[in-house]
Amino acid sequence: MSAAAVLPEPPPPKTNYLNVSYGVKSWLLTTDHKRIALLYMASITVMFALGGTFAALIRLELVTPPGDLFQAETYNKLFTLHGVIMVFFFLIPSIPATLGNFLIPLMIGARDLAFPKINLLSWYLFMAGAGFAAWSLINGGVDTGWTFYTPYSTAFSNTHVISAAMGAFIAGFSSILTGLNFIVTIHKMRAPGLTWFRLPLFVWAHYATSIIMILGTPVIAVTLMLVMVERGLHLGIFNPALGGDPVLFQHLFWFYSHPAVYIMILPSMGVISEVVAAMARKRIFGYGIVAMSSLAIAIIGFLVWGHHMFVSGQSVYAGMVFSALSFLVAIPSAIKVFNWTATLYKGSVSYDTPTLYAIGFIGLFTIGGLTGIFLAALGLDVHVHDTYFVVAHFHYIMVGGAIMGYLGGLHFWWPKITGRLYPEAWGRVAALIVFAGFNLTFFPQFILGYMGMPRRYHAYPEEFQVLNVMSSAGASILGLGYLLPFAYLGWSMRYGRAASANPWGAKGLEWQAASPPLTENFEVQPVVREEAYEYAHAPQERAVV
Amino acid sequence: MSEAMAHHAEADRHPALAHHFEGLPEQKEAAGLGMWLFLAQEVMFFGGLFTCYTIYRNLYPAAFAAGSAHLNWKLGAFNTAVLIGSSLTMAMAVHAAAVGKRRQIVAYLLLTVALGSVFLGVKVVEYADKFHHHLVPGEHFRFEGPLARPAQIYFSLYFAMTGLHALHMIIGIPILLTLAVLAHRGRYSADYHAPVELTGLYWHFVDIVWIFLFPLLYLIPTHAPH
Amino acid sequence: MSERHQSHVVSPLLYLAVFASLMVLTVVTVAASRFDFGPWNTVVALGIAVVKATLVVFFFMHLKWSSRLVRLMAAAAFMWLALLIAGAYSDYLGRGRVNTAVEKRSPTGALLEDR
Repeated sequence: MSAAAVLPEPPPPKTNYLNVSYGVKSWLLTTDHKRIALLYMASITVMFALGGTFAALIRLELVTPPGDLFQAETYNKLFTLHGVIMVFFFLIPSIPATLGNFLIPLMIGARDLAFPKINLLSWYLFMAGAGFAAWSLINGGVDTGWTFYTPYSTAFSNTHVISAAMGAFIAGFSSILTGLNFIVTIHKMRAPGLTWFRLPLFVWAHYATSIIMILGTPVIAVTLMLVMVERGLHLGIFNPALGGDPVLFQHLFWFYSHPAVYIMILPSMGVISEVVAAMARKRIFGYGIVAMSSLAIAIIGFLVWGHHMFVSGQSVYAGMVFSALSFLVAIPSAIKVFNWTATLYKGSVSYDTPTLYAIGFIGLFTIGGLTGIFLAALGLDVHVHDTYFVVAHFHYIMVGGAIMGYLGGLHFWWPKITGRLYPEAWGRVAALIVFAGFNLTFFPQFILGYMGMPRRYHAYPEEFQVLNVMSSAGASILGLGYLLPFAYLGWSMRYGRAASANPWGAKGLEWQAASPPLTENFEVQPVVREEAYEYAHAPQERAVV
Repeated sequence: MSEAMAHHAEADRHPALAHHFEGLPEQKEAAGLGMWLFLAQEVMFFGGLFTCYTIYRNLYPAAFAAGSAHLNWKLGAFNTAVLIGSSLTMAMAVHAAAVGKRRQIVAYLLLTVALGSVFLGVKVVEYADKFHHHLVPGEHFRFEGPLARPAQIYFSLYFAMTGLHALHMIIGIPILLTLAVLAHRGRYSADYHAPVELTGLYWHFVDIVWIFLFPLLYLIPTHAPH
Repeated sequence: MSERHQSHVVSPLLYLAVFASLMVLTVVTVAASRFDFGPWNTVVALGIAVVKATLVVFFFMHLKWSSRLVRLMAAAAFMWLALLIAGAYSDYLGRGRVNTAVEKRSPTGALLEDR
């Protein structure tokens, strides 16, 4: 039993963080981490819808071989905007800024993050960045690819590169401040008795993510700044006509953007650890190793960026080193997969919506991760670089992995965040639709890439059509799958059944707070006296049907 | 450690203590950690430029030396001394705060602002000179000899690095002035002066960046390149 | 939670000593640039800069009296920068070394003689 001061299930207090004050100002000037999390949730949902719209247009074009729906130049803008919005304005903030912001103070027994005002500033920076991106979009978009490669972006593109780059630049500082806040909070504000190795793995995952945010993001920030000044003021850093090297841009860009993919996946892995433990009613197998593996992924992830540049003109020597290191980074990820599986084995597993997303994650992330090993092999990458094989690989991780983790976490903690239960049947149906739609969309793309279909092309040879049609059909199903949670989760905020403090009967300090929590989270400072995930002693039965 | 900590013992709480911290020491440690983390990301931020510098200096040593020869090393050295001096005055301001000497805090902060402004003034002179001699990259760039093209890269880096550095000082000076005003109003004491300390950390970092910029940009030897 | 010293009060004399050292080192760095140390030129210049930076970090920024965690963060920042520079630079060092092309070319494609 942990905090002795918790009474058995009192009625939820009437005042909570949602109804303690009303009005636009109370939300826009809030410093409550929970409200800020919801502000982020609203913003990233809008960005996801926008990025998803571009995806829909891409898949629509690719139903037929000729480029008959959009001109090539327009198509270039579609995939660029899809990438820029999804990477910088959805995936990077997603779990940390929503679930991380909401849960970390609760999970460590604190009243808020270390710097609540900086937390709010983070959100405003995100919005400012999104504003610049929107400006670029409204004025005709940008066509350089989300990777902004020079010298096309600095000298030759006729689109709104500077505003798009500025948007990503500002959003980067939003990310840096979030990471800074998390690290200080986790170091300094843990409840009495909450030692490092009693922390939930969700917290470990966010700690590792925050390291990447702090050390990686500034590099892309300064690099985008250089692109902006080269384009706007004609400084010549990457200009080949002066002797500049475009590959240097790629080094700087990928030094962040590779670790960035770990920013996108580590928080999701944290979610999976929590969901698997709760749903199998078992301590995560090899807790310490899983915690350390998050740090290992973060650190080793900084050593492998050159695997994006095997065919760029980078020296073969460097390529070989990056290739070998890229194999290394797979190991801690694989360790997690083994440990989750071992946790589920002989656990008392309940197949609720979060579990379905978690199991889906484990399978899809494994496929995505293994295909990453294919790409890490220099010899093979030369053939599939810039084909749909790569596109499929990263979508398996980012969509099959990260987004499934986000949805699973959203469902798992929905009762805590809103005080309502979502309709479980709809949740399961939607999860299955997402899983089916996802695989139909992206598995054919592995084959397409292997057969040679290049990425970022709006037209393709006839023989690729069948697989493309399958992929586009899958995308429609996936889209439906995403719309469903939006509908029923929204519905539940008004009409869902009231949730108790701990509907899943899960361990973790957040479940000792009310659903939804008070503004200051806990009436009484919790004290921790047991290890994480002590399910053998859990007295509560699960209240969710 | 008491189990049920009262949420607010209002009367005991220092006015600067935020509601989510137990006491000033914890708040101060957290703030310090936060500032060091911010500086860590600043290292990486400037670091991207230092990376470009490293690569290009090794690719084009002669052009870098030739470009550097157009910089006025005396002004650079003067500015180095001025900035290091401003670090001294900043450290003295923090010291004054730690021993609770209100007037000294204000004086040292204003001295820091003055020295920082001198630095920026010299930079304006230097930049104007570059502009005058057509050494600003872009269509008006003129450089004698076969090294003109990579020399433009050198000057691009010169402006990018010193420009970003100057921007950090331009941001820092109003902050210092604000601190001076607040110090004058008695906001800081031996018990609470974290903002002064944290701004000090920032200012020293800006000094460190310049400590590297000076030799790398101004003092490239014009001996035979290797 | 450790009750760390509120703030370590450093003697102004120490600050002045550090300042004097920094001035001296500035003179040294200018003087050193007059000499040709061959391939060691950059090492000398950077070495002096590192010493100056260390003085500022340890004494002006109080790292000497800071917690292990803060020191770890400061060290990590510089290590990461070293990683970035070394990683990018290793590419350039290696170019043209592994004989994949018939001709040796410069980074921007110009034909080179054998180095």
